[in-house]
Order: sequence, then structure tokens, then C-alpha cells
Amino acid sequence: MTERKIRVLVAKPGLDGHDRGAKIIARALRDAGMEVIYTGLRQTPEMIAAAALQEDVDAVGVSILSGAHNTLCPRIVQLLQERGMDDCLVLVGGIVPKEDVPRLKEMGVAEVFLPGTSTEDIVTYLRDNVRPRV
Amino acid sequence: MSEVKEITSPEQAAAERWEEETLAPVLQKRPERKQRFETVSLDAVERLYTPADVHDIDFDEDTAFPGEFPYTRGIHPTGYRGKLWTMRQFAGFGTPEETNARFKYLMAQGQTGLSVAYDLPTLMGYDADAMLSEGEVGKCGVAVSSLADMETLFDGIPLEGVTVSQTINAPASVLLAMYLVVAEKQGADWRKISGTLQNDILKEYIAQKEWIYPIRPAMKLVVDTFEFCTRHVPKYNPISVSGYHIREAGSTAMQELAFTLRDGIEYVQWGVDAGLDVDEFVPRISFFFNAHNDFFEEIAKYRAARRIWSRTMRERFNAKDPRTLQLRFHTQTAGVSLTVQQPLNNIVRVAIQALAGVLGGTQSLHTDAYDEALALPTDQAALIALRTQQIIAEETGVVNTVDPLGGSYFLESLTKKMEDGALDYFAKIDAMGGMVSAVEKGFPQREIQESAYQYQKAVERGEQTIVGVNKYQIENEQSKIDILVIDESVRGHQIARLEEARARRDDGAVANALEKLKRAAQSGDNTMPATIEAVRAYATLGEVCDALRDVYGLYEEPAF
Repeated sequence: MTERKIRVLVAKPGLDGHDRGAKIIARALRDAGMEVIYTGLRQTPEMIAAAALQEDVDAVGVSILSGAHNTLCPRIVQLLQERGMDDCLVLVGGIVPKEDVPRLKEMGVAEVFLPGTSTEDIVTYLRDNVRPRV
Repeated sequence: MSEVKEITSPEQAAAERWEEETLAPVLQKRPERKQRFETVSLDAVERLYTPADVHDIDFDEDTAFPGEFPYTRGIHPTGYRGKLWTMRQFAGFGTPEETNARFKYLMAQGQTGLSVAYDLPTLMGYDADAMLSEGEVGKCGVAVSSLADMETLFDGIPLEGVTVSQTINAPASVLLAMYLVVAEKQGADWRKISGTLQNDILKEYIAQKEWIYPIRPAMKLVVDTFEFCTRHVPKYNPISVSGYHIREAGSTAMQELAFTLRDGIEYVQWGVDAGLDVDEFVPRISFFFNAHNDFFEEIAKYRAARRIWSRTMRERFNAKDPRTLQLRFHTQTAGVSLTVQQPLNNIVRVAIQALAGVLGGTQSLHTDAYDEALALPTDQAALIALRTQQIIAEETGVVNTVDPLGGSYFLESLTKKMEDGALDYFAKIDAMGGMVSAVEKGFPQREIQESAYQYQKAVERGEQTIVGVNKYQIENEQSKIDILVIDESVRGHQIARLEEARARRDDGAVANALEKLKRAAQSGDNTMPATIEAVRAYATLGEVCDALRDVYGLYEEPAF
């Protein structure tokens, strides 16, 4: 039996154009053997949820540096749940004040990776937490 | 110390003697800490630089005197002994009222120029009430949707007496128009006002990614501002060609230098093609560089920038006026180098980076606040950042002599290496048909992505140290610093202001002006007069940009 590769959507919501982090993560996950789809810039939460469903991903990595995370991230979680993707992990990376992390987690974000996180840690997190599919 | 040597010069012979007699026994007893020493750009640094390394550098031709061609040692013969750099802290958050108060605070603390940070909706040409603006209004800068906001932003700040830099690119012509109308309403003479518009659209496609229109019409808008300012606002810098964002996106120092200067050449070429005289408009082109952690590499970058620019302007464009040949630049410390972990360490990083900018001869400087890896700066953090510049200027003594590091074997050799590397990139980009074509092909974008990835890997392997992040970490560190929180009410406030401005204006005049703008855009006429007429009638930023979006369309980034 061949193991299904972990599939990840790397998403850039909002107006912020800083994509250095998103592109590094996308490449690091690919180098770690995962299948990665990058949305490109300026995606609405609706576009991100639709892409996640269409691509049947295990996780959505949201990269955001503009300060709009409190508005945009919970909406992505909610839209994924409405589409029946309860198992899809939503991870957030970027400039997020520590104080906002508990609230994001309460709203269904699985993990928040703050600046300085190594790509190895993110790979490990995904391997440990993506629910295996039958 | 290159490997192949045909003839051994006396300098080389001396260095070789030292290697054999003094160095070798020491290396045998105690090997060096690592095999390869490298800069933050992952470029190798030799153990020692000697006269042998500057053998092919001619003092008269390559280094020369400050204030003289090729300006390696600076554009002013007196360096900072005549005039210090302008201390220009980038600021903007929340509402125009809040940012106006921050500006006045910074000026009261001795800041000598202003620099406006706009929020993302403004940078993208959307009004505060646009759907895509939700969650973003006032977050990364100040929200400006119409002339009314601009009037509030500069309320009580006489624009004839202060130089203002505006960080705005895709909709730059619209914000310039608003600025000029506010100046006019204050009774200022356009011929006397001075300041800088970032207006560097090429680096948006390359690195910062806040674009609106496709590349070529966007370049036309830039040329429109050159032409308009040359005629009507002659002391104003209509562009600041920016390497800052290229570096922040992950380029090396040499790539920052090469792509920025090649962008500059592209703008000059477009201006010349539009019929402008090089010696008339190029003196008002300014530059903007990053100041990163690797001290000498940065200083070499600034010195090489001046030398390359002066030679290129003379050789490619036959420029005559010394002002055309003199590269003037603003510097900002590297936001990307700041850490969330142990944030007070950032004060030290910023001080060292700022010192590099000063030793490189910058004309103006922004020092980042220590809390900027977390949020926009608080008043207290912004004040320490400004004080850092004042300490460098007035306590350290580095300003007492011109280009104090000139003549250093290491620095001169590094300056030459930077120059050679940048010229290699110029050749590649020229072969692609110029920078616009290279950007359309994704060339600089791919080069930067590759460097960013290699740097990340070097950090993860521990080859590049980031104190507090991959070395000297504190377990369970509790961050106790206060940060600035922009609350969600800013958007409501801005929408109310916008509705008020729309209610007061003459809608017929707005519609006419926008129609005129579209006609100018379609026919290829200069768009500035119609843009000014539109904003004067209180057409909003979104409306003006929509008119141009209708004519030009939108940029879609290809996948690289």
C-alpha cells in the first residue's frame, strides 16, 4: 500500500503582498515530499475554502503579515467547516501578536507559527497531526 | 586572494611570506572556528585583505575624492560636516488624525523630515469601504481614501517648510495629486515644495507585490509623474528607486544593488524615450536601500552604488550635469532582521545597521523600532529608534570625517566585488531586452526566491546565527513589551468620513474629471492634469483607480 502524500494549500489572504514566507514554506514542504498548492496573492476566504475543497487538501497554511488575521482566519475556518472539511487543519504563520494566539485557536485554528519557526518544525507538525486517510 | 596567479607582485609575495611564516604555524596549532566565513548574503569572506587585494583598484579612477566623479566616497565634499543626513522616520497608522498627531510628536522630538506609511487598501487603490478592505483599514499604515483624509493628515504641517516622503507605488500619481492640492490649499508654491514619492512600480512586480495595472501602462504612469514634476514641481523627487523591498524579499546585498540600479536605468530609458532630457529629470531620481546586518557588505554596497550610477549615467546616457551623476539615497534598517524573540535585542541590531548606512553616506535614514516584528511601533519604541540616529550623529564621532573607511583593503576590495557582480547582472538583464522584459520573464523574482530559500536553509543548519532564535534562546520567554493595537473601529470611522466627503462634493464635476482621465489614459496623454482635477473635486482614490483599471486592466502574476 502506498501512503497518500500529505496535501497542503498555502494561502495568502487579504491585501498583503509579502510572499517570501509563503514561498519558502511551499518549497520546504515540497522538499519534504508533500504536495503543495500555492494560491497566489490576495485571495478571499471564500476563494481559499473553495480551493481547499477542490484540491482535497489535508491542511491549509495561511500566511498573513498585515494584521488582518483576526478577521480573515476565523472566516476561513468557518467556511471550511461549512464545506464539511472538519478534518482539514488550518495553520497560521506570519506577524501575529502572541496575545491573539489563544483566540485564534479557540476559533478553530490548529496552530500558529510565529516568526523564527523553522520549516522543519512545520513539516514535523504536519506529519504528526494530519489525520491519516483510509 | 584568488587561486590563479600569473605573476607574483611584491604585495602578493609579502602576503605569501606572512602566510608561510606566521599564519601556517598558528593554523596548525589552532584551526579556525570554521572552514568558510561568509556574509549574511552567504558570500565568502577571506581571512585577511592586503594591498594585493586592491592591486587593480585605481585611486584616481575608482575611489577618487568625495564630491567628484565617480563619487565612490560620497556626493558631498564635506560629508556630514556640512549637513547631517535627514532623520526621516516612516510613520502611519489608523486614522489620518492619529497619524497627524504622531507626525507632530516626531517633529517635536527633533525629527527633520516626514515619511508617510499608507495602509494596504490605499496601497492597492481601494477605498476604506471596498469589500477587500475589510480587516485592513489603518493596520499597516494610515488610511487615505480622498483629499479630505489628506487634508487632515497634514493639518497644521506647512508643506512648503518640510520634506515629506510618501511610500506609495501603484496609485502614486493619485496620492501625488492629493498632496499637491493640499499644498496649494495651504498656499504653498509647487515650485518650492520638496519631498519624495516612492513611485517605483518595477520593484512591486519584483518583490513588494502591491501592483494594480499591467507593467507597461504602470510604467507610463510613472513617466507621467516625471514629466509633470519636471515642469511644475521641480524640487520634488518623483521616484525613489527601491532596493529595500527586494532585500526584504530575500535577495543578497549584491542582487539588491544590481536589480535596483538596473530598475533605475530602466526608468531613465523610459523617460528619455518619452522625450525628456536626461540632465533635466534624472537629478530628481532618488534611491532607497536596505541596511542589513553584515556591516562591511552594506557599506561596500552603498559605495559601489554611487560609482556604478555615475559611470552608467555618463556612459549610457551621455549625462553631463554632475547632479545627474550623483546617486542620492535613503536608507532603512532591515525589518526582516528584527526578531520577535527577545525584542529589545533589536535596538542593538538597528543601531549597527544604521551605522552602516551612515558610513555608506546615506542622505536620509529610517531606523526601525524594536517592536516592529510584532506590530507597528508604539510612541516609546519610535522614540528610541529616533534617539539611535541622534546618538550616532552626535555622540560617536563617525560624522567628523568623510568616508572614514575609504582605503580599507577589505572595504575597497568588497566595493569592487559588488560593482563587478552588479555589472554581470546588468549584462544578463540587457540581454533579456531590459528590466521590464526581465520582470515579465520572472528573472529577478526567481533569483530572489532562490536566495531567500538558501538563507532560510543556512539559518536552519545553524550556519547563520540569529541571536535569540537559533542560538541563545530563552525557554518559555515571556514577552512583556507593550504593542500598538489598531482597533477595528478605524474602518467605521473612515467609512463615515468617506460618506461625508461624497455627500459634500459635486458629483457632476467628479464624473467629468474621471471621464477626462480615462480619455487621457486611452490617448496616451499625460494623466496628471486630469488626476489633479479629479482629486480636487474629491473623487476618491478608489474611483480614480477604477477609471484607470477600466482603461488599463489588471496585472495577473504568472506562476514562477
